[in-house]
Amino acid sequence: MARTLYEKLWDEHVVASPEGEPTLLYIDLHLVHEVTSPQAFDGLRLNGRTVRRPDRTLATADHNVPTDPISTPVKDPISKRQLEALEENCHEFGITVFPRGHENQGIVHVIGPELGVTQPGMTIVCGDSHTSTHGAFGSLAFGIGTSEVEHVLATQTLPQQKAKTMAITVTGQPPSGVTAKDIVLAIVAKLGTGGGAGYVLEYRGEAIEQLSMEGRMTVCNMSIEAGARAGLVAVDETTIDYLRGRPGVPSGEEFEQLAERWRGYISDADATFDAELVLDASTLVPYLTWGTNPAQVVALSGVVPSPEDFDDHDQREAVTRSLAYMGLTPGTPMRDIPIDIVFLGSCTNSRIEDLRAGAQVARGHHVAANVRALVVPGSHRVKRQAEEEGLDQIFLDAGFEWREPGCSMCLGMNPDQLSAGQRSASTSNRNFEGRQGRGGRTHLVSPVVAVASALLGRFASPDELGA
Amino acid sequence: MRAVRILEGRAVPLERSDVDTDQIIPSDWLKRVERTGFGRGLFSEWRDDPDFVLNNQSYVGATILVAGPRFGTGSSREHAVWALMDFGFEAIIAPSFGDIFRNNASKQGLVIVQLPHEDVEELTQIIKQAPSRLVIVDVEHLRVEVPETGWQRDFTLDAMTRERLLNGWDDIGLTLRREASITAYERTSRTPSLVGIFDDNGHAR
Repeated sequence: MARTLYEKLWDEHVVASPEGEPTLLYIDLHLVHEVTSPQAFDGLRLNGRTVRRPDRTLATADHNVPTDPISTPVKDPISKRQLEALEENCHEFGITVFPRGHENQGIVHVIGPELGVTQPGMTIVCGDSHTSTHGAFGSLAFGIGTSEVEHVLATQTLPQQKAKTMAITVTGQPPSGVTAKDIVLAIVAKLGTGGGAGYVLEYRGEAIEQLSMEGRMTVCNMSIEAGARAGLVAVDETTIDYLRGRPGVPSGEEFEQLAERWRGYISDADATFDAELVLDASTLVPYLTWGTNPAQVVALSGVVPSPEDFDDHDQREAVTRSLAYMGLTPGTPMRDIPIDIVFLGSCTNSRIEDLRAGAQVARGHHVAANVRALVVPGSHRVKRQAEEEGLDQIFLDAGFEWREPGCSMCLGMNPDQLSAGQRSASTSNRNFEGRQGRGGRTHLVSPVVAVASALLGRFASPDELGA
Repeated sequence: MRAVRILEGRAVPLERSDVDTDQIIPSDWLKRVERTGFGRGLFSEWRDDPDFVLNNQSYVGATILVAGPRFGTGSSREHAVWALMDFGFEAIIAPSFGDIFRNNASKQGLVIVQLPHEDVEELTQIIKQAPSRLVIVDVEHLRVEVPETGWQRDFTLDAMTRERLLNGWDDIGLTLRREASITAYERTSRTPSLVGIFDDNGHAR
């Protein structure tokens, strides 16, 4: 019987399916970071349990590391304690860990793929909702809570209910200036923040096939913003070429054999999905969010919406609340809104390709007066590669800050934060109230829009810059 | 996890949709390594507002939270569940929930009651009319009711979650009964592990 990619991944990982109970699913790779793990390790100790497979567990510091030079100590004592706890716990239980400053350290969803430990056909979990990122490799990857982190540490399995499947088909080719970020913002806007709940999304179609792995990761990353725990892209030669030569994969003939197996991680041609959404890429434009949830999206060429534009009473109220928080007046052109901070980084958009795209826009220009602009590479590996390519110098010359890797301004857990009332153009994934700092106002954008906005001091696209 | 059969208490109407877990517990609170004490951070950005419903004296001590659609979306932080429970909530009633939040709640014994939108609206009106009204969430019979008005609705929970709540079962303990199946699976799995990739200092070999 024809199966979707999700069904294949599911079937291959069933450990037990007892009558009347959730299926017990095997977990191939468990990624761990400092924020959602300390209470899980405590739970193990309390119950005299151990980590079943330290060789399927990998840890890194990312959420609350400062992005100041590594020589600067961590000033916040609570953050410092949590970072130390991660190292201590990993040493106690025999888990490989990349602490702050380690050559492999970085955002957990950047390092898994770049080290080649994220591989097609795997089940991957992490105590972080953006684990959906790894689905770009044809692996079933989803975020879990701390109790589940403890469960996976102890058993290398998770009890799971099978999800429904939704095909998100993006046909045709996007116009120039439209990036993977714009594609996923359009999808989240279409589905709403709850439209993907209960589903695993499989992104397909010409526009997805033509994306690089970085672009596919950006798309899968934001699946959770539509309520879906996991997003998937089928394996193709782009996937295999990306992985070839990475530290986590074998070389030579052994790699080619593995790759041959990976080519099977696709949905069968006649497989059926429980739901389907079709988008025509040629109709897409650069987007940004205007409100306080990631589905509140508008075209960069558009205006701030009005509560009157919405039929539903609840939605009108939510829009009114969002507008008040964001300090916006309906009808204002998005391009007329001045910004204070630009953040190029996060597990959505901090990979080498994102930095290259940003640098290309920044080259030869300068950040506008009164704007602070941060570039935060996703990992030390990304940072080193960018420096080899001279991207750091382009950004520095243009007046951007070039910082150390980490989650940085995505989530207000480290010193990189917005202050109340500050408005950002951010390449991250969430524009929730207070997400980037208490009272901060976040607008989600693509890397090229972020950089163009930094240069012009208002929301802008690169084509407004002139030569 | 402690067993939960019948919850009786007063309810507080949040009347907001899309309450993400960043609102339930802001990220500044996530730096702690403990599992307790998160109640003080619950909705902390909203609690500065004297008009916020949790600051309304008539709802003090309520144990059931009635919320709008898509409650608990966003970040996977289980701290959201810990904060709600530490504050004193034992059940959340809403038209829909974030998937990860729902899972996290089930691991901690926070009861998730999903009811159609119009039923949640009705319940909201009932408790706004008289905040002292007792609300009962019956996990055994999967029913929520307000005895004073006779308002009563059935809800669903998957069978396993209900059993676990009623018995206070620990998930890890349940899974460890399948030890033999896990070992058997591991013997047949062809998926590579991390063995041989990194040296003792985490450098790629």
